[in-house]
Amino acid sequence: MIDEALFRALVTAAAGTISAHAEELTALDSAIGDGDHGHNMRRGVEAVLSDLESIAVKPLPEALKAIGTKLVMTVGGASGPLYGTLFLTLGKELANAPPASADLAGAMAKAVDAVAARGKSELGQKTMLDVLYPVADALNANRSGAEIAAIAAAAAEATRNVKAIRGRASFLGERSVGHVDPGARSSALIVEAVAGALQ
Amino acid sequence: MNKVGIVIVSHSPLVAEGAADMVRQMVGDEVPLAWCGGDPGGGLGTSVEAIMQAIDRAWSEAGVAILVDLGGAETNSEMAIEMLGADKAGRIVVCNAPVVEGAVMAATEASGGASLAAVCATAEELSPA
Repeated sequence: MIDEALFRALVTAAAGTISAHAEELTALDSAIGDGDHGHNMRRGVEAVLSDLESIAVKPLPEALKAIGTKLVMTVGGASGPLYGTLFLTLGKELANAPPASADLAGAMAKAVDAVAARGKSELGQKTMLDVLYPVADALNANRSGAEIAAIAAAAAEATRNVKAIRGRASFLGERSVGHVDPGARSSALIVEAVAGALQ
Repeated sequence: MNKVGIVIVSHSPLVAEGAADMVRQMVGDEVPLAWCGGDPGGGLGTSVEAIMQAIDRAWSEAGVAILVDLGGAETNSEMAIEMLGADKAGRIVVCNAPVVEGAVMAATEASGGASLAAVCATAEELSPA
């Protein structure tokens, strides 16, 4: 079970890796998008961190929803609503489950579907979904944290050779091939940080 | 009679304001109109909070039509609509139309008292099928 101390550690780790990789994410986004992903995400995670005291004392589903709302309101770009929807749906789904049997894998599957609906996208279109779907599958298969982190990293890297057909990168068509998708990379960073902090 | 409101959402506040100026020139003050542009940090982009406030400023019982420029503006507008609650959300539509021409066409249609569906359809005639 995720208690308050662990929750703080998870959020701090995820926010820390986004801030540390903000320049890299922005560089990836400059290659195939509008060059703001790292700065936008850093603004979002800093806003979450600045409210961590009040967020961390909430029950887990409410805390996840608070993170989602914060990201929606502060990130800007398409990634605000997309990451916001992920956390809002995680919170909503966990709130519906009895706490003792909190079904994280089930909630994650629903949350990733909600992100796909929000972005009108699907697996294999060079987006964050290319990382989130394999991670949801790995959770469902009870894989270890280390395995899930490796799956996320490999899935992000695999977006390099995919042609974008969603988002700003789709304007580039074939020229989007050869660049890792910034949303896939930021998703993998968060998954790796959370998995690492859970160990 | 309430006329449909128009909201213009651009990554650039200058584009949004300029488009709103063009709408005003066409329809004067007959139609509720609001615009927003820029991300929460003041750079190019869009902000869910600013979009929610723009919808409130242009609110009409007849509904609100939103014109957006690029992808994130659409995603953020859809998120803003959802966060305003089911009652309002059912009367707000993001039109699939070019932001400047779409806003002018939608506002012209709205100024004649057309329904939300008709306002959006008129703007969407500008988009390739």
